[in-house]
Amino acid sequence: MAEKVLMKGNEAVAEAAIRAGCRFYFAYPITPQSELIEYMSKMMPKVNGTFVQAESEIAAINMVYGASGCGKRVMTSSSSPGISLKMEGISYLAGANLPAVIVNVQRGGPGLGDIQPAQGDYFQATKGGGHGDYRLIVLAPSTVQEFADMADLAFELGDKYRNPVMILSDGLLGQMMEPVEFKPYKTEEELKQLDEQHFDWCMHPNEDEPNHHHHEINSLEIDPLVLEQHVIKLGKKYDEITKNEQRYEEYNISDDNEVVVVSFGTAARIAKSAIDELQEKGTSVGMIRPITVWPYPYDAIKNVLHEKVKKIVVCELNLGQMIEDVRLAVNGKMPVEFLGKVGGILFTPDEIKAKILDK
Amino acid sequence: MEIIAQRPKSLTDLQFTYCPGCTHGISHRLIAEAIDELEMRNQMMGVAPVGCSVFAYKFFNCDMAEAAHGRAPAVATGMKRARPDMHVFTYQGDGDLAAIGTAEIIHAANRGENITVFFVNNAIYGMTGGQMAPTTLPGMKTSTSPYGRDEKDIGYPIQACELINSLRAPYFIERVSLLSPQDILKAKKVVKKALQFNKEEKGFTFVEFVSTCPTNWGLAPLDAMKWAKENMLPYFPLGNFRDKSMEGGE
Repeated sequence: MAEKVLMKGNEAVAEAAIRAGCRFYFAYPITPQSELIEYMSKMMPKVNGTFVQAESEIAAINMVYGASGCGKRVMTSSSSPGISLKMEGISYLAGANLPAVIVNVQRGGPGLGDIQPAQGDYFQATKGGGHGDYRLIVLAPSTVQEFADMADLAFELGDKYRNPVMILSDGLLGQMMEPVEFKPYKTEEELKQLDEQHFDWCMHPNEDEPNHHHHEINSLEIDPLVLEQHVIKLGKKYDEITKNEQRYEEYNISDDNEVVVVSFGTAARIAKSAIDELQEKGTSVGMIRPITVWPYPYDAIKNVLHEKVKKIVVCELNLGQMIEDVRLAVNGKMPVEFLGKVGGILFTPDEIKAKILDK
Repeated sequence: MEIIAQRPKSLTDLQFTYCPGCTHGISHRLIAEAIDELEMRNQMMGVAPVGCSVFAYKFFNCDMAEAAHGRAPAVATGMKRARPDMHVFTYQGDGDLAAIGTAEIIHAANRGENITVFFVNNAIYGMTGGQMAPTTLPGMKTSTSPYGRDEKDIGYPIQACELINSLRAPYFIERVSLLSPQDILKAKKVVKKALQFNKEEKGFTFVEFVSTCPTNWGLAPLDAMKWAKENMLPYFPLGNFRDKSMEGGE
């Protein structure tokens, strides 16, 4: 067993990304994710990697576009206002079928907001944010360990589907220290395989042949009939991801559940405490914690709607965003109630308990 | 039989989409010839902009990426860092480079990225139909400056070579024109020099082409060249601004 290290989430995800074979990182400082960019600035030179502090988040995501077009595992990170700036580039990555990992250490918004943890970017991450018909694979960690594990998963999914992947974290997970166990570093042989895995489409040195192999990295299709086919193909990819990649955790789910909580990320950590305390006092409450918030695990929620469940309680650190997906899953079959906190304020387990017990 | 003229290998056989009399075809050809002559094609990656030359990724016969508007120098930075064994150029117009992409070009130049930037300045937005550019001359009428560019209201045209010349890192900066056969021959030498430095990993190289837009200027191609000589060259003087290979102890 590997040794456990006490680390901040921001540093843990950076270390895990390097272990997953990421050698290219471009970003711009912003609180509360700055430990991530600082860690990369320190560690990338030690692994022969590339670190560039870009002039803006816009430039950073476009550097990601360039490196990804060359077939490399590449990452950027930011926090909410900076992620908004990256949205143009994210749409281009999606349109050009380019893998990349984008970490959002969410803070309070809208606008400049504050620098405390929040989940107000759920809509932006899962429903668009950038322009056009595209989807991001969005992973929502709930512990520092899971935050770190998701670096590897994000690169794997990105490479498998040639699609950008976002890790939707928040200021609490970024700043908090917890024990983490890391996977081993990729070997030289594995890194070489990663480097060559995209040679069928990426830009790389060409052989001198009469029919020169010309690689294009592009999201422009000026002919509507061609663009139509391109977008339909993207849609089929998103269907495939939806079919294969839904991930969620069932917590205390049983036939005895009187209430089911749906919550993700930091909010779900707090909900777990409330559920444990209620269980001790004889009230059975289960929780579905989506791990992929896109593709959303609708069926996981549908499967727990048995007769004994009186209601669903959705807990989020926003004004009510994921609740729209929960309502789609529940489809009017039972009441769906909401408990939210905004401005970077967290709820307490007592507040969640009160909401659950509220008749 | 000796071949004395042929299509450069670094151009695909697609027909250009440019208007009759447009100088994009000339600058494309000069770059492609230089890539061929320097035998850089198999290790060459280009970045196309947004603007009239948005389809440059189809015309250059090497690996190409199409960038978002103005972001080509950032995309090129990612490409060159990811594949240092390859060479990278960007091809950008005046709206792309000197308006929406000002931050990206300044900072790529300031980092001394090992890339070549080809900047096509024709003082107007061509693709969107003749709107005012950051390089539109004072008094010049466009579809968004119908009374002529008023420098008191919107400022003076941006001189990209001069701006980049204020930075320490760039290795080579030169402004050329495509306004006569002599100018084109001179431009070819400068393009080749910049790409030679690129091949030798000398640092950031920048070539500006003073060009024309007969369609949106409302002039016949020859008249457009005459107009550009009389009106653009006084504001955008030709010449070398920086050549570190000529400096002692570079």
